[in-house]
Amino acid sequence: MKCRKCGAKASVNMRQHKLALCKEHYLEWVPEQTERFIKKYEMFTHHEKILVAVSGGKDSLALWDILTRLGYEADGLYLGLGIDGGINYSHESQRLTERFADEHHLKLHVVDIEKEYGQPIPVLSEISHRGHGKPCAVCGLAKRHEMNRIARDLGYDVLATGHNLDDEAAVLFGNTLSWSSEYLLRQGPVLPASDGLARKVKPLCRFYEREMTAYSLARGIEYIYEECPFAEGSQSIYYKELLNQLETARPGAKLTFYLRFLEARKQGDLFIEKNMERAHLHSCPKCGQPTSTDDLCSFCRMMEKVNSASTIA
Amino acid sequence: MVKLVLRNKEYEVKAGMTLLSALQKINVLPESVIATREGEMILDVEILKDGDVIKLIAVISGG
Repeated sequence: MKCRKCGAKASVNMRQHKLALCKEHYLEWVPEQTERFIKKYEMFTHHEKILVAVSGGKDSLALWDILTRLGYEADGLYLGLGIDGGINYSHESQRLTERFADEHHLKLHVVDIEKEYGQPIPVLSEISHRGHGKPCAVCGLAKRHEMNRIARDLGYDVLATGHNLDDEAAVLFGNTLSWSSEYLLRQGPVLPASDGLARKVKPLCRFYEREMTAYSLARGIEYIYEECPFAEGSQSIYYKELLNQLETARPGAKLTFYLRFLEARKQGDLFIEKNMERAHLHSCPKCGQPTSTDDLCSFCRMMEKVNSASTIA
Repeated sequence: MVKLVLRNKEYEVKAGMTLLSALQKINVLPESVIATREGEMILDVEILKDGDVIKLIAVISGG
């Protein structure tokens, strides 16, 4: 398979876009697309100060790398969660994040949860009895709280996270299974600022997780490969695996699922009464059966075509 | 033979098949990994040669 741009051997094939690219052109294509999404969803401008939430994982480091390559003023925020799990998880992810910042001469804020609040995340979880024996709920809550606090206190215009399309599709899938309308109406590439809450953006929300891994590998970004010890068996990973089964059989299914949702949300097509009116049925003037169109029903339209084709023949 | 390595697991398949066939054989979803050979990314259509060692990099992260 050859690169669509130069004809050299392709390194990345994106079946959902019917696009294969060599390493060099892939490394150009990703920032170009990111810039396109930043503009399309009006995430931020080159005059704004961005705080990138960096975990040491592939997505957040790739996002920081891309924004820097695009010339944005983007500083990093690393939150030390105090998770060990027998693999020194937090320590290693902090080391990799600091190394990336040093190598690229970037400004990194480090906030250690234990130093700030007296206990690491797993202990806070135990003490507070939140999250059914797993610290993930407390971790998510603490991260959202701290990211917003730092963005607000240090005067950043916007907080950027490395959520990719698989993250977004998995959340959407979960919220759709439970018809969590409030969450569905809030999900999107941009969460506007409101009283005391910084604007939140997800510039990578249209890239597959696989594409961000390919970007990090091609760029030589060293990220923490080990999974968070508490993520094993998580619902989000299960949903991602299900969606990947669908994607394997139907290339583009994940992208369509997410984009059609954004479209429906933007047009106000989710959870509103007017949809009920729109769904009102009329009688077909020919056969009298109910139809959603004002004119002939689909069957009568088809038969008209069949009859006219037969007449011509 | 061709060796495929995914995290701490190793698999062996016969040479001459495509990467896609090899992944199907070892029950790994192509969407969930990136394959590299000698540090370079390879595509599903690549024919695997005798002695190849293919490192499969898991792409899913969560939590």
